[in-house]
Amino acid sequence: MEWQDEGFVLNRRSHGETAAIVSILTRGHGRHAGLIHGGQGARKSGLLQVGSRLNVTWRGRLSEHLRTFEADPVATNIGYNIDDPGRVAALQAATSLLHMALPEREPYPELFDGFEALSDALVGEAWAHGYIFWEFAFLQSLGFSLDIAACAVTGATEDLTHVSPRSGRAVCAQAAEAYQDRLLKLPPFLAGGRYGGEQDLVDGLVLTGHFLERHVTSTHNLPLPQPRIRLLEICRAMAAQSASTDS
Amino acid sequence: MLNDIESLIQLMARLPGLGPRSARRAVLHMLQKKDALMRPLAVALQNASDSVGHCSVCGNLDTVDPCTICRDPNRQRATLCVVEQVGHLWAIQRSGVFRGLYHVLGGNLSALDGIGPDDLAIARLVERVSEGSIGEVILALNVTIEGQATAHYIADRLRAFGVTVSRLAQGVPIGGELDYLDDGTLTAAFNSRRPAA
Repeated sequence: MEWQDEGFVLNRRSHGETAAIVSILTRGHGRHAGLIHGGQGARKSGLLQVGSRLNVTWRGRLSEHLRTFEADPVATNIGYNIDDPGRVAALQAATSLLHMALPEREPYPELFDGFEALSDALVGEAWAHGYIFWEFAFLQSLGFSLDIAACAVTGATEDLTHVSPRSGRAVCAQAAEAYQDRLLKLPPFLAGGRYGGEQDLVDGLVLTGHFLERHVTSTHNLPLPQPRIRLLEICRAMAAQSASTDS
Repeated sequence: MLNDIESLIQLMARLPGLGPRSARRAVLHMLQKKDALMRPLAVALQNASDSVGHCSVCGNLDTVDPCTICRDPNRQRATLCVVEQVGHLWAIQRSGVFRGLYHVLGGNLSALDGIGPDDLAIARLVERVSEGSIGEVILALNVTIEGQATAHYIADRLRAFGVTVSRLAQGVPIGGELDYLDDGTLTAAFNSRRPAA
């Protein structure tokens, strides 16, 4: 058997002294693992960094075998991202979540497209927004979408400021007033409004993080991945710095 | 029940760079040169096993604690080079380019392998820096996503102490030809360009 596809590296593990077992998110074959001969060597290890985009050819006698990948680079944004702690954490968080949540060999083309968009967004200025939108879409693709179109209490479609941590439905400012300590904040930019500063990023990550923990990581008896926790810390530090500059 | 030769071959085959066939060749070679090679090797192995341990200061491997590098009065004691493993420390020592002190972390932060800050010698590093004699910390970690995530984390932890935290340059290696470089290295090289002398 043989197939060719395009994919992003999600994870690489050493196998023996020179080979590597690489897990790749492909468009047509989902998350798929394979052995790459010489994957630990100087020539190939640069190509096999988490997030790198590759053209892969998988060959095996039977489809259920692990077998081998041959990989050619398509593009990588690693050189742009590697200096920035936030971008590195976002890239690692996304690949860790995909690796943790996706079953092997089941295609999710929308998640491939989503990761492709995230990979491009991480190079730009609005990388953190891009990451939060990606988590939002990731939850949706897994069947746990948040309903932020209208208020769960009044049906209003304007002034949506919070989200219920139980139902994942939006709540407008008026209805949320008495329950603010029990609701999660909905950053305006997620509901089609304007970006209000770094605190919005923190609110966005706390919001999606709550539902990722509840629906995705807890089913594996795991906490949120360490880079995802670190990403929130980085955004909190950015918000604190921005607040101190403003004052 | 394995006889002595087979058990020796099996143990040798577990060494890096040796498979069962090469282990068999090595064992046969040693058995043919018992006095010249096998006995001295056995003694050297026994001695190393008895005397070599990790330095309680930097994590290097040596027969004395603190290690020879940490004891050396001629080294620059205000500069600390952080490396992932002892092999990297040896590589830098071979080059002779660095004359300061070292700190071996023992790995990288890795979400997938469940390696967090508490599994590495980061707390010990922070303790060394907090003692106040270190002026610069050089992060000589692998230029991989995990290596750089570890570097960012350490830089964050050390920010409060006011030390200079630097890292090794990234870009075109000596003897490197541009058309053979991967995109990531080329991008990093362009981003790290500097004025020509």
